[in-house]
Amino acid sequence: MDLTVGPNFFFWDAAAVRQFYRSLANAPVARVVLGEVICSKRLPFWQDEIPQAVETLVAAGKQVAITSLALITLRRERRQTADLAGMGLPVEVNDLSALAHVPEGTPFWVGPLVNVYNEGSLRWLARRGATRVCLPPELPLASVTVLAQAGQELGIAVEAWGHGKLPLAISGRCYHARLHDRAKDNCQFVCGEDPDGRDVETLDGQKFLAVNGVQTLSQSTASMAWQVEPLRDAGVTALRLSPETGDFAALCASYSDRIAGRLSAADLSARLQSGGRRLSDGFLTGAAGMEWSGNRV
Amino acid sequence: MMELVCPAGTPAALRAAVEAGAHAVYCGFADETNARNFPGLNFSREEMAEGVAHAHARGAKVLVAINTFPRAGAEPVWHRAIADAERAGVDAVILADVGLLAHAAEAHPGLRLHLSVQAAAANPDVINLYASAFGVRRVVLPRVLTVEEIAAINREIDVETEVFVFGGLCVMAEGRCSLSSYVTGQSPNMNGVCSPASHVAYSEEGPDLVSRLGGFTIHRTPKGAPAPYPTLCKGCFTSEDQTGHIFEDPVSLDASHLVPRLARAGVSALKIEGRQRSRAYVAQVVRAFRAAVEAEAAGKPIPESALARLTEGQAATSGAYAKTWR
Repeated sequence: MDLTVGPNFFFWDAAAVRQFYRSLANAPVARVVLGEVICSKRLPFWQDEIPQAVETLVAAGKQVAITSLALITLRRERRQTADLAGMGLPVEVNDLSALAHVPEGTPFWVGPLVNVYNEGSLRWLARRGATRVCLPPELPLASVTVLAQAGQELGIAVEAWGHGKLPLAISGRCYHARLHDRAKDNCQFVCGEDPDGRDVETLDGQKFLAVNGVQTLSQSTASMAWQVEPLRDAGVTALRLSPETGDFAALCASYSDRIAGRLSAADLSARLQSGGRRLSDGFLTGAAGMEWSGNRV
Repeated sequence: MMELVCPAGTPAALRAAVEAGAHAVYCGFADETNARNFPGLNFSREEMAEGVAHAHARGAKVLVAINTFPRAGAEPVWHRAIADAERAGVDAVILADVGLLAHAAEAHPGLRLHLSVQAAAANPDVINLYASAFGVRRVVLPRVLTVEEIAAINREIDVETEVFVFGGLCVMAEGRCSLSSYVTGQSPNMNGVCSPASHVAYSEEGPDLVSRLGGFTIHRTPKGAPAPYPTLCKGCFTSEDQTGHIFEDPVSLDASHLVPRLARAGVSALKIEGRQRSRAYVAQVVRAFRAAVEAEAAGKPIPESALARLTEGQAATSGAYAKTWR
């Protein structure tokens, strides 16, 4: 089992992006997916960082893929998506629309925002050229097990969500703009003020969700700290770590140590919780996604 | 004339919708294969066959929604639903999952396929992909598009489009939301339910009636005031110094005044949400919209009065059809 760093969901400035991918060069991860997945309006602010980041990561021996947007509606977004196929990297499809631009038979990856719930979907994607699929975080372990086995038969590497706020929904509406009483077309890029998303609490102060432009995330950080062995036994070959602020290379190293057996589930959890963050892993084995199995031990 | 596609949660609602002027009704089997898997709702195999006979005798079509995402290891349940729908003589099945679409295209080549809104196909490229890969004939568009964008899509595709005009409103791209399972373990994609009643709790606290879903507070309303159902994305929440309906107000969709513009945008069919609604409600809405599409086809103004009654006392929005909604 190894590690994949997913695309950054949040709007960071160019300097932060540069620093982030530089730091990943020496992190113990096998592959990195980069590119803009949430909002096409952000891309002009940091797209010039992409070639350098790819070069650095490839030179460091990482596999690199470029992601599509999660929701493609505008003409500009369709053009951007068509251009991805010509970048010389595998495209990670996070909206099936991207498949329309990947020539049939060209290998591609499938991200967690595409609905892959069953063997039939996996089989169809394999026929189109999929070689790697990160399953939707919503899936229970029983489904992950069936799909990881099907993936082995189909020649698809199956990844599972490993760490990060959960991508729960995508919308046509921008909640950041709405919170600032602005229209989406005049958002003034306010999502950039919240580099890990903006927290949403209930009226009783319960920590609940986080918004990130048109995306809604969990406020809890999903962590597979306690699930490494069940996922490995199921046939999952990689865990996906979703970018966040802070020392992300160190976080990658912690998960790498956990996979290699150098760090226990309890110690990894304690390390993650030291800043007061709430963890969850309930989609896999709990009654609801928000649950945390660390509470049961 | 644009086709009016109406909800039928029960055989009685199907008959009511047909009588009120539905050109087509959509319904599902009583199991997890459809996105309105509510207790007491939907059709047995026998009821489906009877419903089809009833509708066909009166010139109406029956479309069957098999639009959840099959559970890994349990695909035969969904495959059987498609085979049984075809055997019942339905006019089309409404599917969302690519694996299921591939199966239907291969095993049931004569069956007409519609793409469910749960597939959230939001641009011409992906619609054309669904058409070429599976032979999809109609796409139900997700509620993230403006009327102008729908018109632009129709210029670039050869298949029909169907849009929602009335009823419940998803704020998120349909089929791409797991808010409900994060809180309750049950989701539209996997179980065909959102914010299920089994996880709702009401409690009186001081002057308030509090509604919670899976333990999370969704609404706090003064006792005696109307308390909306605690649908997750329409709750009242706090973010930093702001409190309000951060995602959407507790509103429903009413695009009746947009019927002429949707017709000009090249839309083939108008869909009414509400398989969980009573047959009286269904009949009333269907009658009003039938009058609207008839008026539109005859080049006459939409009769306002019939539709005004429907939304009386409840907040309505035209949703994403107007760009400002975003």
